[in-house]
Amino acid sequence: MTDRALSVVRSGALTTVQDEGRPGHAHLGVPRSGALDPPAAALANRLVGNPAGAAVLETTLDGCALRPRSAVVVAVTGAPCPVTVDGRPAAWGAPVHVPAGALLDVGSVRAGLRSYVAVSGGVAVEPVLGSRSTDLLSGLGPVPLTDGTVLPVGRPGVLHARVDVVPHVAPPSELVLRVTPGPRDDWFTASALRTLTTRPYRVSSASNRIGLRTDGPPLERAVSGELPSEGLVLGAVQVPPDGRPVVFLADHPTTGGYPVIAVVRRADLPAAAQAVPGTPVRFMLVRRR
Amino acid sequence: MTAAPLGESTAPSAGTGIAARPPGDGVRALPVGENALLVEVPSGDAAQALHAELLRRRAEGSLSVREIVPAARTVLLDGVDDPVGLAGRLPSWHIPPLPARADGAVEIPVRYDGPDLADVAALWGVDEREVPAIHAAAEFRVAFCGFAPGFGYLTGLPTRYDVPRRATPRTAVPAGSVALAGPYTGVYPRSSPGGWQLIGTTDAVLWDHARVPAALLTPGARVRFVPAELS
Repeated sequence: MTDRALSVVRSGALTTVQDEGRPGHAHLGVPRSGALDPPAAALANRLVGNPAGAAVLETTLDGCALRPRSAVVVAVTGAPCPVTVDGRPAAWGAPVHVPAGALLDVGSVRAGLRSYVAVSGGVAVEPVLGSRSTDLLSGLGPVPLTDGTVLPVGRPGVLHARVDVVPHVAPPSELVLRVTPGPRDDWFTASALRTLTTRPYRVSSASNRIGLRTDGPPLERAVSGELPSEGLVLGAVQVPPDGRPVVFLADHPTTGGYPVIAVVRRADLPAAAQAVPGTPVRFMLVRRR
Repeated sequence: MTAAPLGESTAPSAGTGIAARPPGDGVRALPVGENALLVEVPSGDAAQALHAELLRRRAEGSLSVREIVPAARTVLLDGVDDPVGLAGRLPSWHIPPLPARADGAVEIPVRYDGPDLADVAALWGVDEREVPAIHAAAEFRVAFCGFAPGFGYLTGLPTRYDVPRRATPRTAVPAGSVALAGPYTGVYPRSSPGGWQLIGTTDAVLWDHARVPAALLTPGARVRFVPAELS
Protein backbone atom coordinates (compact mmCIF):
# COMPACT_ATOMS: atom_id res chain seq x y z
CA MET A 1 0.00 0.00 0.00
CA THR A 2 1.34 3.38 -1.00
CA ASP A 3 1.20 6.33 1.34
CA ARG A 4 -1.80 7.62 -0.55
CA ALA A 5 -4.36 5.98 1.68
CA LEU A 6 -6.91 6.63 4.40
CA SER A 7 -7.09 4.61 7.59
CA VAL A 8 -10.61 4.28 8.93
CA VAL A 9 -10.50 5.04 12.66
CA ARG A 10 -14.27 5.12 13.18
CA SER A 11 -16.47 3.69 10.46
CA GLY A 12 -19.75 5.05 11.80
CA ALA A 13 -23.18 3.43 11.55
CA LEU A 14 -22.90 2.77 7.82
CA THR A 15 -20.25 4.30 5.60
CA THR A 16 -19.88 3.14 2.01
CA VAL A 17 -17.83 4.07 -1.03
CA GLN A 18 -20.01 5.64 -3.72
CA ASP A 19 -19.60 7.16 -7.15
CA GLU A 20 -22.06 7.53 -10.02
CA GLY A 21 -22.88 3.82 -9.84
CA ARG A 22 -23.03 1.17 -12.54
CA PRO A 23 -26.07 1.87 -14.71
CA GLY A 24 -26.31 -0.11 -17.94
CA HIS A 25 -26.19 -3.61 -16.43
CA ALA A 26 -29.79 -3.93 -15.23
CA HIS A 27 -30.45 -6.64 -17.83
CA LEU A 28 -27.92 -8.82 -15.95
CA GLY A 29 -29.61 -8.22 -12.60
CA VAL A 30 -27.05 -5.61 -11.51
CA PRO A 31 -28.51 -2.64 -9.57
CA ARG A 32 -27.45 0.88 -10.55
CA SER A 33 -26.19 1.77 -7.06
CA GLY A 34 -24.23 5.04 -6.63
CA ALA A 35 -24.54 7.97 -4.21
CA LEU A 36 -28.11 8.45 -2.96
CA ASP A 37 -27.69 12.23 -3.03
CA PRO A 38 -25.81 12.75 -6.31
CA PRO A 39 -25.74 16.58 -6.20
CA ALA A 40 -24.11 16.48 -2.74
CA ALA A 41 -21.52 13.91 -3.88
CA ALA A 42 -20.74 15.92 -7.03
CA LEU A 43 -20.37 19.10 -4.99
CA ALA A 44 -17.94 17.43 -2.58
CA ASN A 45 -15.85 16.35 -5.56
CA ARG A 46 -15.90 19.86 -7.06
CA LEU A 47 -14.72 21.33 -3.76
CA VAL A 48 -11.56 19.19 -3.79
CA GLY A 49 -10.94 19.48 -7.54
CA ASN A 50 -12.03 15.93 -8.42
CA PRO A 51 -13.97 14.96 -11.52
CA ALA A 52 -17.67 14.45 -10.77
CA GLY A 53 -17.37 10.68 -11.07
CA ALA A 54 -14.65 10.25 -8.40
CA ALA A 55 -15.55 7.92 -5.53
CA VAL A 56 -16.49 9.53 -2.22
CA LEU A 57 -17.65 8.22 1.16
CA GLU A 58 -21.34 8.24 2.03
CA THR A 59 -21.95 8.27 5.78
CA THR A 60 -25.18 7.63 7.68
CA LEU A 61 -26.24 9.72 10.70
CA ASP A 62 -23.02 9.68 12.72
CA GLY A 63 -20.27 10.33 10.16
CA CYS A 64 -16.88 8.66 10.38
CA ALA A 65 -13.25 9.38 11.33
CA LEU A 66 -10.30 8.99 8.98
CA ARG A 67 -6.53 9.34 9.21
CA PRO A 68 -4.81 10.07 5.88
CA ARG A 69 -1.27 8.72 5.50
CA SER A 70 -0.30 11.73 3.40
CA ALA A 71 -1.67 15.25 3.25
CA VAL A 72 -5.00 15.49 1.46
CA VAL A 73 -7.71 18.02 0.80
CA VAL A 74 -11.17 16.88 1.83
CA ALA A 75 -14.65 18.33 1.68
CA VAL A 76 -17.81 17.31 3.53
CA THR A 77 -21.25 17.97 2.02
CA GLY A 78 -24.76 16.53 2.16
CA ALA A 79 -26.16 16.37 5.68
CA PRO A 80 -24.63 19.24 7.72
CA CYS A 81 -22.41 18.07 10.58
CA PRO A 82 -19.44 19.19 12.65
CA VAL A 83 -16.02 18.60 11.04
CA THR A 84 -12.79 18.58 13.02
CA VAL A 85 -9.11 18.00 12.24
CA ASP A 86 -7.16 16.78 15.27
CA GLY A 87 -9.98 18.11 17.41
CA ARG A 88 -9.95 21.61 15.94
CA PRO A 89 -13.14 22.78 14.20
CA ALA A 90 -12.90 22.82 10.42
CA ALA A 91 -15.31 23.88 7.72
CA TRP A 92 -18.29 21.89 6.44
CA GLY A 93 -18.97 22.49 2.76
CA ALA A 94 -15.50 23.84 1.96
CA PRO A 95 -12.08 22.44 1.10
CA VAL A 96 -10.21 21.39 4.27
CA HIS A 97 -6.50 20.61 4.38
CA VAL A 98 -5.73 17.50 6.45
CA PRO A 99 -2.02 16.94 7.19
CA ALA A 100 -0.51 13.47 7.00
CA GLY A 101 -1.40 11.49 10.12
CA ALA A 102 -3.98 13.97 11.37
CA LEU A 103 -7.43 12.79 12.43
CA LEU A 104 -10.37 13.99 10.35
CA ASP A 105 -13.62 13.55 12.24
CA VAL A 106 -16.93 13.89 10.46
CA GLY A 107 -19.50 14.14 13.22
CA SER A 108 -23.16 13.35 13.74
CA VAL A 109 -25.61 15.09 11.44
CA ARG A 110 -27.38 18.23 12.63
CA ALA A 111 -30.06 17.65 10.01
CA GLY A 112 -30.55 15.21 7.18
CA LEU A 113 -29.14 11.70 7.10
CA ARG A 114 -26.17 11.20 4.77
CA SER A 115 -22.97 13.25 4.58
CA TYR A 116 -20.46 12.93 1.74
CA VAL A 117 -16.71 13.03 2.20
CA ALA A 118 -14.59 13.69 -0.89
CA VAL A 119 -10.82 13.41 -0.78
CA SER A 120 -8.50 14.90 -3.40
CA GLY A 121 -7.66 12.11 -5.83
CA GLY A 122 -10.78 10.15 -4.97
CA VAL A 123 -11.17 6.85 -3.12
CA ALA A 124 -9.32 4.44 -5.39
CA VAL A 125 -10.65 0.99 -4.54
CA GLU A 126 -10.75 -1.44 -7.47
CA PRO A 127 -13.77 -0.76 -9.69
CA VAL A 128 -16.33 -3.49 -10.39
CA LEU A 129 -18.13 -3.19 -13.74
CA GLY A 130 -16.78 0.34 -14.05
CA SER A 131 -17.89 1.58 -10.63
CA ARG A 132 -16.46 1.73 -7.12
CA SER A 133 -19.89 1.91 -5.50
CA THR A 134 -20.94 -0.40 -2.70
CA ASP A 135 -24.18 -2.09 -3.70
CA LEU A 136 -25.93 -3.29 -0.55
CA LEU A 137 -28.56 -5.32 -2.41
CA SER A 138 -26.30 -7.55 -4.47
CA GLY A 139 -22.99 -7.17 -2.65
CA LEU A 140 -20.98 -5.77 -5.56
CA GLY A 141 -18.20 -3.29 -4.84
CA PRO A 142 -16.31 -2.81 -1.57
CA VAL A 143 -17.95 -3.92 1.65
CA PRO A 144 -19.10 -1.14 4.01
CA LEU A 145 -16.24 0.43 5.96
CA THR A 146 -15.17 -1.14 9.23
CA ASP A 147 -12.77 0.23 11.81
CA GLY A 148 -9.25 -0.40 10.57
CA THR A 149 -10.13 -0.48 6.88
CA VAL A 150 -7.41 1.11 4.74
CA LEU A 151 -8.70 2.82 1.60
CA PRO A 152 -6.35 3.65 -1.28
CA VAL A 153 -6.54 7.23 -2.57
CA GLY A 154 -5.89 8.26 -6.16
CA ARG A 155 -3.46 10.91 -7.39
CA PRO A 156 -5.02 14.38 -7.37
CA GLY A 157 -5.78 15.66 -10.83
CA VAL A 158 -5.11 19.06 -12.25
CA LEU A 159 -8.62 20.36 -11.63
CA HIS A 160 -9.01 23.24 -9.24
CA ALA A 161 -11.90 23.73 -6.92
CA ARG A 162 -14.66 25.53 -8.74
CA VAL A 163 -16.57 26.58 -5.67
CA ASP A 164 -15.20 27.87 -2.39
CA VAL A 165 -17.96 27.49 0.14
CA VAL A 166 -21.54 26.34 0.00
CA PRO A 167 -24.45 27.31 2.22
CA HIS A 168 -26.06 24.85 4.58
CA VAL A 169 -29.38 23.93 3.09
CA ALA A 170 -31.61 22.76 5.89
CA PRO A 171 -33.56 19.71 4.78
CA PRO A 172 -37.24 20.65 4.53
CA SER A 173 -39.48 19.64 7.41
CA GLU A 174 -41.68 17.81 4.91
CA LEU A 175 -40.51 15.59 2.05
CA VAL A 176 -42.47 16.46 -1.09
CA LEU A 177 -42.21 13.83 -3.81
CA ARG A 178 -43.79 14.61 -7.17
CA VAL A 179 -45.14 11.45 -8.80
CA THR A 180 -46.50 10.55 -12.22
CA PRO A 181 -49.02 7.68 -12.17
CA GLY A 182 -48.29 4.26 -13.60
CA PRO A 183 -47.28 1.91 -15.00
CA ARG A 184 -49.53 -0.27 -12.80
CA ASP A 185 -51.97 2.19 -11.25
CA ASP A 186 -54.69 0.08 -12.86
CA TRP A 187 -53.87 -2.69 -10.38
CA PHE A 188 -55.26 -0.51 -7.58
CA THR A 189 -58.70 0.74 -6.62
CA ALA A 190 -59.77 4.10 -7.98
CA SER A 191 -59.27 5.65 -4.55
CA ALA A 192 -55.72 4.32 -4.05
CA LEU A 193 -53.98 6.96 -6.18
CA ARG A 194 -56.05 9.63 -4.46
CA THR A 195 -55.07 8.20 -1.06
CA LEU A 196 -51.40 8.21 -2.05
CA THR A 197 -51.47 11.80 -3.27
CA THR A 198 -53.69 13.37 -0.62
CA ARG A 199 -53.07 11.55 2.65
CA PRO A 200 -50.07 11.99 4.94
CA TYR A 201 -47.24 9.46 5.03
CA ARG A 202 -44.06 9.30 7.10
CA VAL A 203 -40.59 7.96 6.40
CA SER A 204 -40.31 4.54 8.02
CA SER A 205 -37.28 3.50 10.05
CA ALA A 206 -37.04 0.42 7.80
CA SER A 207 -35.75 2.64 4.97
CA ASN A 208 -32.32 2.00 3.50
CA ARG A 209 -30.29 2.45 0.31
CA ILE A 210 -32.65 0.05 -1.48
CA GLY A 211 -35.83 1.92 -0.74
CA LEU A 212 -37.52 4.66 1.24
CA ARG A 213 -40.25 2.84 3.09
CA THR A 214 -43.27 4.72 4.35
CA ASP A 215 -45.88 4.42 7.07
CA GLY A 216 -49.37 5.66 6.28
CA PRO A 217 -52.73 4.57 4.92
CA PRO A 218 -52.36 1.33 2.95
CA LEU A 219 -53.16 1.36 -0.75
CA GLU A 220 -55.83 -1.09 -1.75
CA ARG A 221 -55.38 -3.39 -4.72
CA ALA A 222 -58.12 -3.93 -7.28
CA VAL A 223 -56.35 -6.91 -8.84
CA SER A 224 -55.44 -9.67 -6.45
CA GLY A 225 -53.24 -11.92 -8.61
CA GLU A 226 -49.48 -11.84 -8.76
CA LEU A 227 -47.79 -9.61 -11.29
CA PRO A 228 -45.17 -11.36 -13.41
CA SER A 229 -41.73 -9.90 -12.60
CA GLU A 230 -40.99 -6.76 -14.56
CA GLY A 231 -38.21 -4.18 -14.85
CA LEU A 232 -38.03 -1.42 -12.24
CA VAL A 233 -36.81 2.17 -12.53
CA LEU A 234 -35.19 4.47 -9.98
CA GLY A 235 -37.96 6.26 -8.06
CA ALA A 236 -40.57 3.58 -8.69
CA VAL A 237 -43.26 3.58 -5.97
CA GLN A 238 -43.85 -0.11 -5.43
CA VAL A 239 -46.65 -1.38 -3.24
CA PRO A 240 -45.97 -4.66 -1.43
CA PRO A 241 -48.80 -6.75 0.06
CA ASP A 242 -48.98 -4.60 3.23
CA GLY A 243 -50.10 -1.66 1.04
CA ARG A 244 -47.40 0.75 2.27
CA PRO A 245 -45.62 2.42 -0.65
CA VAL A 246 -41.85 1.98 -1.05
CA VAL A 247 -39.84 4.46 -3.15
CA PHE A 248 -36.96 2.66 -4.81
CA LEU A 249 -33.54 4.26 -4.36
CA ALA A 250 -30.13 3.50 -5.94
CA ASP A 251 -29.67 -0.11 -4.73
CA HIS A 252 -33.14 -1.19 -5.87
CA PRO A 253 -33.64 -4.63 -7.45
CA THR A 254 -33.68 -4.61 -11.26
CA THR A 255 -36.95 -6.55 -11.50
CA GLY A 256 -39.83 -7.05 -9.13
CA GLY A 257 -43.26 -8.59 -8.91
CA TYR A 258 -45.27 -6.06 -6.91
CA PRO A 259 -47.14 -3.41 -8.85
CA VAL A 260 -45.68 0.10 -9.25
CA ILE A 261 -48.45 2.65 -8.78
CA ALA A 262 -46.40 5.74 -9.65
CA VAL A 263 -42.86 7.01 -10.20
CA VAL A 264 -41.14 9.83 -8.28
CA ARG A 265 -39.47 12.52 -10.38
CA ARG A 266 -35.72 12.10 -10.50
CA ALA A 267 -35.09 15.63 -9.20
CA ASP A 268 -36.88 14.86 -5.92
CA LEU A 269 -34.85 11.76 -4.99
CA PRO A 270 -31.81 13.51 -3.43
CA ALA A 271 -34.15 14.98 -0.81
CA ALA A 272 -35.54 11.49 -0.17
CA ALA A 273 -31.97 10.36 0.59
CA GLN A 274 -31.78 12.96 3.37
CA ALA A 275 -35.17 12.33 4.99
CA VAL A 276 -34.82 10.86 8.48
CA PRO A 277 -37.35 8.35 9.79
CA GLY A 278 -40.51 10.11 10.94
CA THR A 279 -40.27 12.91 8.35
CA PRO A 280 -43.71 13.67 6.87
CA VAL A 281 -43.97 12.66 3.21
CA ARG A 282 -46.37 14.21 0.72
CA PHE A 283 -46.73 12.51 -2.66
CA MET A 284 -47.80 15.20 -5.12
CA LEU A 285 -49.55 14.14 -8.31
CA VAL A 286 -47.95 15.52 -11.47
CA ARG A 287 -49.57 14.56 -14.74
CA ARG A 288 -47.33 13.75 -17.65
CA ARG A 289 -47.07 16.66 -20.04
CA MET B 1 -33.17 -10.13 -0.38
CA THR B 2 -36.08 -12.16 -1.63
CA ALA B 3 -36.78 -13.67 -5.01
CA ALA B 4 -39.35 -11.86 -7.08
CA PRO B 5 -42.73 -13.52 -7.13
CA LEU B 6 -43.23 -15.90 -9.98
CA GLY B 7 -46.96 -15.64 -10.47
CA GLU B 8 -47.96 -16.09 -14.05
CA SER B 9 -51.40 -14.56 -13.79
CA THR B 10 -52.19 -12.21 -16.61
CA ALA B 11 -52.49 -8.51 -15.98
CA PRO B 12 -55.89 -7.04 -16.71
CA SER B 13 -55.89 -5.38 -20.10
CA ALA B 14 -58.20 -2.53 -19.18
CA GLY B 15 -55.78 0.11 -18.06
CA THR B 16 -54.11 3.40 -18.55
CA GLY B 17 -51.90 2.56 -21.50
CA ILE B 18 -51.88 5.57 -23.73
CA ALA B 19 -50.86 3.61 -26.79
CA ALA B 20 -53.42 2.30 -29.19
CA ARG B 21 -53.64 -1.47 -29.28
CA PRO B 22 -53.91 -2.83 -32.80
CA PRO B 23 -56.29 -5.80 -32.85
CA GLY B 24 -54.52 -9.11 -32.44
CA ASP B 25 -51.24 -7.50 -31.56
CA GLY B 26 -51.58 -7.16 -27.81
CA VAL B 27 -48.64 -4.81 -27.38
CA ARG B 28 -49.24 -2.20 -24.68
CA ALA B 29 -46.68 0.52 -24.08
CA LEU B 30 -46.86 2.19 -20.66
CA PRO B 31 -44.78 5.30 -19.93
CA VAL B 32 -42.89 4.95 -16.63
CA GLY B 33 -41.90 8.20 -14.96
CA GLU B 34 -40.10 10.76 -17.09
CA ASN B 35 -37.69 8.65 -19.14
CA ALA B 36 -38.85 5.06 -19.34
CA LEU B 37 -41.35 2.88 -21.13
CA LEU B 38 -42.69 -0.52 -20.07
CA VAL B 39 -43.79 -2.58 -23.07
CA GLU B 40 -46.21 -5.36 -22.24
CA VAL B 41 -46.79 -8.26 -24.62
CA PRO B 42 -49.10 -11.31 -24.43
CA SER B 43 -46.52 -14.03 -23.72
CA GLY B 44 -43.02 -14.82 -22.58
CA ASP B 45 -42.06 -15.79 -26.14
CA ALA B 46 -43.36 -12.44 -27.39
CA ALA B 47 -41.27 -10.66 -24.74
CA GLN B 48 -38.14 -12.50 -25.92
CA ALA B 49 -38.90 -11.66 -29.55
CA LEU B 50 -39.45 -8.00 -28.67
CA HIS B 51 -36.21 -7.97 -26.68
CA ALA B 52 -34.28 -9.32 -29.68
CA GLU B 53 -35.86 -6.69 -31.96
CA LEU B 54 -35.06 -3.87 -29.51
CA LEU B 55 -31.41 -5.00 -29.34
CA ARG B 56 -31.28 -5.10 -33.15
CA ARG B 57 -32.72 -1.59 -33.49
CA ARG B 58 -30.36 -0.21 -30.86
CA ALA B 59 -27.37 -1.86 -32.58
CA GLU B 60 -28.32 -0.38 -35.97
CA GLY B 61 -28.72 3.05 -34.36
CA SER B 62 -32.45 3.58 -34.92
CA LEU B 63 -33.32 3.34 -31.20
CA SER B 64 -31.70 5.39 -28.43
CA VAL B 65 -32.14 3.83 -24.99
CA ARG B 66 -29.76 3.32 -22.04
CA GLU B 67 -31.15 0.09 -20.58
CA ILE B 68 -33.22 -2.68 -22.17
CA VAL B 69 -34.50 -4.92 -19.38
CA PRO B 70 -36.55 -7.93 -20.45
CA ALA B 71 -38.77 -9.71 -17.93
CA ALA B 72 -41.57 -12.29 -17.85
CA ARG B 73 -44.16 -10.50 -20.02
CA THR B 74 -42.54 -7.12 -20.51
CA VAL B 75 -39.48 -5.28 -21.70
CA LEU B 76 -38.49 -2.09 -19.87
CA LEU B 77 -36.79 0.66 -21.84
CA ASP B 78 -35.03 2.99 -19.40
CA GLY B 79 -33.28 6.15 -20.49
CA VAL B 80 -35.54 7.14 -23.38
CA ASP B 81 -35.79 10.81 -24.41
CA ASP B 82 -39.42 10.71 -25.52
CA PRO B 83 -41.23 7.72 -23.96
CA VAL B 84 -44.68 9.02 -24.94
CA GLY B 85 -43.66 9.38 -28.60
CA LEU B 86 -42.06 5.93 -28.61
CA ALA B 87 -45.17 4.49 -26.95
CA GLY B 88 -47.17 5.75 -29.89
CA ARG B 89 -44.87 4.27 -32.52
CA LEU B 90 -43.88 0.97 -30.97
CA PRO B 91 -47.16 -0.99 -31.21
CA SER B 92 -47.03 -0.73 -35.01
CA TRP B 93 -43.56 -2.28 -35.25
CA HIS B 94 -43.14 -5.60 -36.98
CA ILE B 95 -41.57 -7.98 -34.45
CA PRO B 96 -40.11 -11.07 -36.15
CA PRO B 97 -40.65 -14.28 -34.18
CA LEU B 98 -37.62 -15.88 -32.56
CA PRO B 99 -35.92 -18.59 -34.61
CA ALA B 100 -36.84 -21.99 -33.22
CA ARG B 101 -33.26 -23.15 -32.82
CA ALA B 102 -29.85 -21.60 -32.98
CA ASP B 103 -26.28 -22.79 -32.69
CA GLY B 104 -23.92 -21.82 -29.92
CA ALA B 105 -25.83 -22.88 -26.82
CA VAL B 106 -24.07 -22.42 -23.47
CA GLU B 107 -23.59 -25.91 -21.99
CA ILE B 108 -23.92 -26.27 -18.23
CA PRO B 109 -22.79 -29.58 -16.73
CA VAL B 110 -25.14 -30.74 -13.98
CA ARG B 111 -25.13 -33.42 -11.33
CA TYR B 112 -28.81 -34.16 -10.80
CA ASP B 113 -28.45 -34.61 -7.05
CA GLY B 114 -30.69 -31.87 -5.64
CA PRO B 115 -32.60 -32.38 -2.37
CA ASP B 116 -35.93 -31.69 -4.10
CA LEU B 117 -35.46 -34.22 -6.90
CA ALA B 118 -38.02 -36.63 -5.43
CA ASP B 119 -40.58 -33.86 -4.88
CA VAL B 120 -40.15 -32.66 -8.46
CA ALA B 121 -40.50 -36.22 -9.77
CA ALA B 122 -43.76 -36.54 -7.80
CA LEU B 123 -45.05 -33.22 -9.17
CA TRP B 124 -44.16 -34.34 -12.69
CA GLY B 125 -45.66 -37.79 -12.12
CA VAL B 126 -42.49 -39.60 -13.17
CA ASP B 127 -39.87 -41.76 -11.56
CA GLU B 128 -37.06 -39.83 -9.88
CA ARG B 129 -34.54 -41.37 -12.30
CA GLU B 130 -36.38 -39.84 -15.27
CA VAL B 131 -36.03 -36.22 -14.12
CA PRO B 132 -32.47 -35.68 -15.42
CA ALA B 133 -33.29 -36.96 -18.91
CA ILE B 134 -36.45 -34.84 -19.16
CA HIS B 135 -34.67 -31.71 -17.93
CA ALA B 136 -31.56 -32.19 -20.04
CA ALA B 137 -33.59 -32.88 -23.19
CA ALA B 138 -35.00 -29.35 -23.24
CA GLU B 139 -33.36 -26.48 -25.07
CA PHE B 140 -33.47 -23.46 -22.81
CA ARG B 141 -33.32 -19.77 -23.44
CA VAL B 142 -32.48 -17.02 -20.94
CA ALA B 143 -35.78 -15.11 -20.82
CA PHE B 144 -34.42 -12.48 -18.46
CA CYS B 145 -32.10 -11.92 -15.48
CA GLY B 146 -32.89 -10.59 -12.02
CA PHE B 147 -32.89 -11.45 -8.31
CA ALA B 148 -29.06 -11.38 -8.22
CA PRO B 149 -26.29 -10.50 -10.70
CA GLY B 150 -26.03 -13.35 -13.18
CA PHE B 151 -29.25 -15.13 -12.14
CA GLY B 152 -31.12 -16.08 -15.31
CA TYR B 153 -34.76 -17.10 -15.64
CA LEU B 154 -34.57 -19.88 -18.24
CA THR B 155 -37.56 -21.09 -20.23
CA GLY B 156 -37.72 -24.20 -22.38
CA LEU B 157 -39.39 -26.98 -20.37
CA PRO B 158 -42.87 -27.91 -21.62
CA THR B 159 -45.57 -26.26 -19.49
CA ARG B 160 -46.68 -29.58 -17.98
CA TYR B 161 -43.42 -29.51 -16.01
CA ASP B 162 -44.18 -26.19 -14.27
CA VAL B 163 -43.73 -26.57 -10.51
CA PRO B 164 -44.68 -24.32 -7.56
CA ARG B 165 -42.08 -22.72 -5.34
CA ARG B 166 -41.47 -24.48 -2.04
CA ALA B 167 -43.93 -23.57 0.70
CA THR B 168 -41.06 -22.60 3.00
CA PRO B 169 -38.05 -20.95 1.35
CA ARG B 170 -34.59 -22.12 2.39
CA THR B 171 -32.51 -19.56 4.24
CA ALA B 172 -29.41 -20.61 2.27
CA VAL B 173 -29.34 -22.23 -1.14
CA PRO B 174 -25.77 -23.20 -2.13
CA ALA B 175 -24.08 -21.53 -5.11
CA GLY B 176 -24.38 -23.63 -8.25
CA SER B 177 -27.77 -25.07 -7.32
CA VAL B 178 -29.90 -25.83 -10.39
CA ALA B 179 -33.49 -25.10 -9.49
CA LEU B 180 -37.05 -24.95 -10.79
CA ALA B 181 -39.98 -22.61 -10.06
CA GLY B 182 -43.03 -21.85 -12.16
CA PRO B 183 -42.04 -22.23 -15.82
CA TYR B 184 -38.40 -21.36 -15.07
CA THR B 185 -35.08 -23.07 -14.47
CA GLY B 186 -32.39 -21.04 -12.71
CA VAL B 187 -28.89 -21.52 -11.36
CA TYR B 188 -27.95 -19.73 -8.14
CA PRO B 189 -24.80 -17.65 -8.88
CA ARG B 190 -23.93 -17.60 -5.16
CA SER B 191 -25.36 -18.75 -1.89
CA SER B 192 -28.57 -16.92 -1.09
CA PRO B 193 -32.01 -17.50 0.42
CA GLY B 194 -34.40 -19.06 -2.06
CA GLY B 195 -37.66 -20.90 -2.49
CA TRP B 196 -37.01 -22.77 -5.72
CA GLN B 197 -37.02 -26.59 -6.05
CA LEU B 198 -33.42 -27.80 -6.14
CA ILE B 199 -32.78 -30.58 -8.65
CA GLY B 200 -29.03 -30.47 -9.18
CA THR B 201 -25.64 -28.85 -8.84
CA THR B 202 -23.17 -27.36 -11.29
CA ASP B 203 -19.55 -26.27 -10.97
CA ALA B 204 -20.07 -23.68 -13.74
CA VAL B 205 -19.28 -20.14 -12.57
CA LEU B 206 -22.41 -18.14 -13.30
CA TRP B 207 -21.03 -14.78 -12.23
CA ASP B 208 -17.47 -13.50 -11.91
CA HIS B 209 -17.15 -9.74 -12.03
CA ALA B 210 -13.43 -10.06 -12.82
CA ARG B 211 -14.30 -12.03 -15.96
CA VAL B 212 -15.37 -10.51 -19.30
CA PRO B 213 -18.26 -11.00 -19.65
CA ALA B 214 -19.08 -11.28 -15.96
CA ALA B 215 -22.34 -13.15 -16.53
CA LEU B 216 -22.30 -16.65 -18.05
CA LEU B 217 -25.98 -16.27 -18.93
CA THR B 218 -27.33 -13.15 -20.62
CA PRO B 219 -30.89 -12.51 -21.83
CA GLY B 220 -31.53 -14.26 -25.13
CA ALA B 221 -28.73 -16.83 -24.71
CA ARG B 222 -29.45 -20.50 -25.52
CA VAL B 223 -28.62 -23.00 -22.80
CA ARG B 224 -28.40 -26.77 -22.51
CA PHE B 225 -27.94 -28.73 -19.31
CA VAL B 226 -25.59 -31.69 -19.71
CA PRO B 227 -25.85 -34.49 -17.14
CA ALA B 228 -22.44 -35.11 -15.60
CA GLU B 229 -21.07 -38.63 -16.03
CA LEU B 230 -21.51 -40.61 -12.86
CA SER B 231 -18.13 -41.81 -11.76
